[in-house]
Amino acid sequence: MVDDSTRKTLSNIPLLQIRAGPREKDVWVQRLKEEYQALIKYVENNKQSGSDWFRLESNKEGTKWFGKCWYMHNLLKYEFDVEFDIPVTYPTTAPEIALPELDGKTAKMYRGGKICLTDHFKPLWARNVPKFGIAHAMALGLAPWLAVEVPDLIEKGIITYKDNC
Amino acid sequence: MSTAIDELQAIIAELKTELEEQKTSTRIARERIERMSAEVVDSNPYSRLMALQRMNIVKDYERIRDKAVAIVGVGGVGSVTADMLTRCGIGKLILFDYDKVELANMNRLFFTPDQAGLSKVEAAARTLSFINPDVVIETHNYNITTVENFDKFLTTISESGLQKGQPVDLVLSCVDNFEARMAINAACNENNLNWFESGVSENAVSGHIQFIRPGETACFACAPPLVVAENIDERTLKREGVCAASLPTTMGITAGLLVQNALKYLLNFGEVSDYLGYNALNDFFPKMTLKPNAECDDRYCLQRQKEFQARPQPKEQQIDEVVSNEPLHASNDWGIELVAEDAPVEQQTTNTTNVASGLRLAYEAPDKVDVNQSESAAVVNAGLPETSLDDLMAQMKSM
Repeated sequence: MVDDSTRKTLSNIPLLQIRAGPREKDVWVQRLKEEYQALIKYVENNKQSGSDWFRLESNKEGTKWFGKCWYMHNLLKYEFDVEFDIPVTYPTTAPEIALPELDGKTAKMYRGGKICLTDHFKPLWARNVPKFGIAHAMALGLAPWLAVEVPDLIEKGIITYKDNC
Repeated sequence: MSTAIDELQAIIAELKTELEEQKTSTRIARERIERMSAEVVDSNPYSRLMALQRMNIVKDYERIRDKAVAIVGVGGVGSVTADMLTRCGIGKLILFDYDKVELANMNRLFFTPDQAGLSKVEAAARTLSFINPDVVIETHNYNITTVENFDKFLTTISESGLQKGQPVDLVLSCVDNFEARMAINAACNENNLNWFESGVSENAVSGHIQFIRPGETACFACAPPLVVAENIDERTLKREGVCAASLPTTMGITAGLLVQNALKYLLNFGEVSDYLGYNALNDFFPKMTLKPNAECDDRYCLQRQKEFQARPQPKEQQIDEVVSNEPLHASNDWGIELVAEDAPVEQQTTNTTNVASGLRLAYEAPDKVDVNQSESAAVVNAGLPETSLDDLMAQMKSM
């Protein structure tokens, strides 16, 4: 259900401890710190292994996240905007990661460009509440989605290489 | 020449007024009706509903006009649900959805192609008020799972009943995702509101409804979602290329089961099902009751459980029972036995994992013991000096 390389990536992302959602103002700040620490470590790991693939930042409250992700295909870099909200029920429910510019271009998406995750993602997430955070959602949700969908979209000519990125 | 122009202008003016008349007359098919009449005439929209009283099915059907129902999600199930309740003469409907009508929705019921592009709540409100102008319709076009909207949602369901400041009588969840269901669950636990969860599987061949009474039956966070076992071999189930399939039949049936049980609850007749599944492949309807989990993660659920246990438990058999001295079934050729529902129940926690045949949990419940164990993987914060959130944000931004 999760391949070995994903498992290795996952095991190198620090786990979170605080169970708090954005409605619990005080504790949420603590959780948000953990989120940032895990994300920073994950991006550092990616840089070290030469597989740097995304940047994220949030609003002050940590409820809205946005940034870029990219995918290398035949030595060309394809870049997309990423965005998502932290749901009120977080971390019990995972964030719904969206790539708005691909909305309507693939069937493996829900309205607004939210990526369609595999059957395995939600059970895995549910079993790891509150240890999994945004970094884990990126590694387990968006990374495999890009790996499957982007080459397919390129092959079908639905997305083309843009020189500026 | 000038007379000809005058004549033409007169014709245009006439056509204009005619067009106006046409436009307005199609939007208001009838005037509002003050009281529901039981009179059986072709012109009475409520005669067949009021007949339920005469047939001794429902006492005082007109109480339906005092009921306010919130419907969250106005898609394949929610729109049909709203349609049915509107035709039943419900007092007030509050609709929540943030989506637009699309041509891809036309394999479902209710919406029509000319409504494509309109918001679902707006399109629904127009059709519903046309069908029954007696129903008060309120619409909310936003996603309830985000932080700012959730508070608006909480306030609306707790204050927008038929009497200002009163909560709605029932919340119906007709959403298509886990996040929204959990948000409704949190809101209803917090406000102590009864609600029905409903759903149709992504492969369109099963559906379910679940009645959640905070503290009394399992809340949506008490156990992993219960799903109808379809006995389809996972390996033969092709998911490639699409997120979800849908059928108007499965959605219509699920909406029917949902509204039927909502009506039974609102008007106190029959028996309301706590969980009712529908397997379309073999027409099987598994049914069961789920007890709340004493270790539920939702703290409001635990609070409601305490409150429920503190309340004196009514003897359900004695309420609303039709007085009859005749034996219910004179003969019993098949040797059918009734097992008392209040027979000793095992531990509540184990109860949530023992599901009725034909049902299964969507996934294995997380092991409670293991939650606080850090296992071999690193944990954030471990041995790190305290850093401020601003510093972390800045650090992430500069990467």
